[in-house]
Amino acid sequence: MKPYLLEMKNIHKRFPGVYALKGVDLTLSAGEVVALVGENGAGKSTVINVLGGIHPKDDGEILIDGQDAHIDGIQSARDRGISIIHQELVLVPHLSVAENIFLNREPVRGGLVDFGQIYRDAQRFIDELGLNLRASDQVASLTVAQQQMVEIVKAVSFQARIIVMDEPTSSLSDREIESLFANIRTLKNRGIGIIYISHRLSELEQIADRVTIFRDGQSVGSYRVGEVSQDEIVRQMVGREVVNYYTRTFCASDKVVLEVKGLTSDKVQDVSFQLRQGEILGFAGLVGAGRTEVVKALLGFDPLRSGEIRIDGQPAQIRRPAQAYARKIGFIPESRREESLFALQSNRFNLSIRVLGDFIHGCFVDSRRENAIAEEYREKLSIRMASQDTLIQNLSGGNQQKVIISRWLAAKPNILIMDEPTRGIDVGAKAEIYELMNQLAAEGMAILMISSELPEVINMSDRVVVMREGRVSKILEREELSQEEIMRYAVNI
Amino acid sequence: MEQKKTARMTGAGGRLSRWLVQYAGQIAFLVILFVILSVASPTFRTPGNLINVARQVSVNMIVACAMTMVLIIGGIDLSVGSVMAMSGMVSSYLSLAGLPFPVCMAAGLAAGAASGFIDGLILAHADLPPFIVTYAMQSILRGMVYVITAAGTIRLTSSAYLSFGGGLIGPVPLPVIYMVVIIILSILLLSHSRLGRHMYAIGGNPKAAQFAGIDTKRVKILIYTLSGVCAAMAGLVLTSRNSSMQPGVGSGAEMDAIAAVVLGGTSMAGGRGAISGTILGAFIIGFINNGLNMLRMDSFYQYIAKGIVILIAVYMDYVKNQRLLKGSDAA
Repeated sequence: MKPYLLEMKNIHKRFPGVYALKGVDLTLSAGEVVALVGENGAGKSTVINVLGGIHPKDDGEILIDGQDAHIDGIQSARDRGISIIHQELVLVPHLSVAENIFLNREPVRGGLVDFGQIYRDAQRFIDELGLNLRASDQVASLTVAQQQMVEIVKAVSFQARIIVMDEPTSSLSDREIESLFANIRTLKNRGIGIIYISHRLSELEQIADRVTIFRDGQSVGSYRVGEVSQDEIVRQMVGREVVNYYTRTFCASDKVVLEVKGLTSDKVQDVSFQLRQGEILGFAGLVGAGRTEVVKALLGFDPLRSGEIRIDGQPAQIRRPAQAYARKIGFIPESRREESLFALQSNRFNLSIRVLGDFIHGCFVDSRRENAIAEEYREKLSIRMASQDTLIQNLSGGNQQKVIISRWLAAKPNILIMDEPTRGIDVGAKAEIYELMNQLAAEGMAILMISSELPEVINMSDRVVVMREGRVSKILEREELSQEEIMRYAVNI
Repeated sequence: MEQKKTARMTGAGGRLSRWLVQYAGQIAFLVILFVILSVASPTFRTPGNLINVARQVSVNMIVACAMTMVLIIGGIDLSVGSVMAMSGMVSSYLSLAGLPFPVCMAAGLAAGAASGFIDGLILAHADLPPFIVTYAMQSILRGMVYVITAAGTIRLTSSAYLSFGGGLIGPVPLPVIYMVVIIILSILLLSHSRLGRHMYAIGGNPKAAQFAGIDTKRVKILIYTLSGVCAAMAGLVLTSRNSSMQPGVGSGAEMDAIAAVVLGGTSMAGGRGAISGTILGAFIIGFINNGLNMLRMDSFYQYIAKGIVILIAVYMDYVKNQRLLKGSDAA
């Protein structure tokens, strides 16, 4: 029998205080796409870092073509044909596509970098893959999807035989995902093996040949796609049956708490909608359709050109976010790390930053009160943390998100705006956040939810505002909701 | 039980032990320095000399307290040395014109506040590097002082002005009292007020601070203004102690202040640090300067010693940061 392209056997890895990998097995054949799924902290990233030579393994074997691979650093991993495309892309923004591809191995002629050859070779690689990129473009001017293509070209130019993609679709629109999948198929046909990490189970059928499930630092199963249902995958990921992944009892009242009429900023035009008490209003659309920009205009981040905002029926003048927050609006931005977290501060600091006035009076800090607030929400949202004093960056994505949600809940908002509330968090935490949203709505909170995940939008929303090119293209009632219907209004037909 | 543990950690005892752990390096260094200097020079450990050290440290400490806050919000203020000269000049001229000292002092502090305010205003409304903006301000102010004084020295004669920096309460020099008051106010501001939390938030993640509704512009303007006021205060003390206003006064003061802050473990990247660390840092520098004087070493050696100590300190900071980042990797 032909040996596997890659075989990882019984890999173990300990970090101080964490037993991250407790015997992981993973196989990959040439021209195959293997998806790795598992909750955050299940060991997916660690196993990839071991493969890429970033972390040395403590125990176990890595074989390439049946031979021991001797990976002892990033360079040796690259020499064995392993290329990793991280979730957070690491390109130099002010260099061109070609310069990025040949970074640190620039061809030299007469002691100087041979730019002519760099651009020629880079363009040749791009054309071979049939990508829509120019070697001379500056990386900073590219979309995330295009930057990902640059990473792919880079990997191919390294003669990579194994390409790892860590959550490549997490910030792509549906159309961009389609073209990414097309690129992956091209790579497959060239005999490259691909390891694909994703939280979106619905993608697996489209792109993966096999799925390997991780749980608590172990690989618990590997199946051909199609032989195993999504429910079964989820069950194995969490080790228990997930019932009611989405929880929703619809009980919106008729009372309009937020009314927006003809909202226009530099990025959105003539946006009108109403948000009712106890309602979850979904905002759907492609990336770049202006969903976040509506919120930015509404909250005073972007200047309004025209339009009217009414809160509880009263006209509201909002020029700065603080004014919106003072009117009992809460806002959880989409990029947790960049827009919410104070990564090197404690959980307590992160949680209490919105309600400092509740426990700091002049120069007196009521630490007991602060702790009581933090503990109240830890309990209410069952946030798993070692202690309130530990740094928030040590929490899993789901628990970080719960701290951020608590930050806003502590301020007791009437209206909560959630931009991609479950991005990058694992299935178990997702279900908990859905349950929380449902509960908040039932208690009378009005929630505006922006989401790129159609199942989430469809199952959680009372109504859905579909946006296209900076305008509202349709507001769909709950009975009308389906993926096809939303997509029909989201794309230009 | 979990809850009990948290409660204990936030108690006064827990805070003290955490502080000792966090600043173990600086404390050990200070103690070793003290022991070595005490052995090498018997006069070093006399109460008279130790009070002297405190007085020598006071000017730098006053500037460094505000600098700590500037660094915590992710900025830097290179203009403080020139602000010292500017405020010294303004108050000296007014004193020479026969105005009572409180008026001179108020005018000097106002001059400092104004230049800090301008720094803050520029930095709040334009995304410019604070390093460059405050460096430009340093150059402008220093130039103005040289132009206005025609590079000449102003002799101070007002006894009230002279006793402002030279006076004593019992055995304690007045600058030491000012230093203690400013330290206490800074600690209250940074660790016990809402503004303090906002500072850490802005330095830790400016975008997240803005999304959380913190008025980052206002805080920036406020902190740079405060830095100007503290520098002006230091300038008044220094000109009073020198009994004259020299146009070059305060040159390089910004580097001494930044050195004290960084030695005290405050991150140049913003978001982390404390006044208590700055106190340790300022005294480490003070001990080195005073001790080498006591040992009759050429003052040029002080530069070398200070440089080496700073390199060690920032390297330690780097190591600590790496450990923090690794911590997240493993989880």
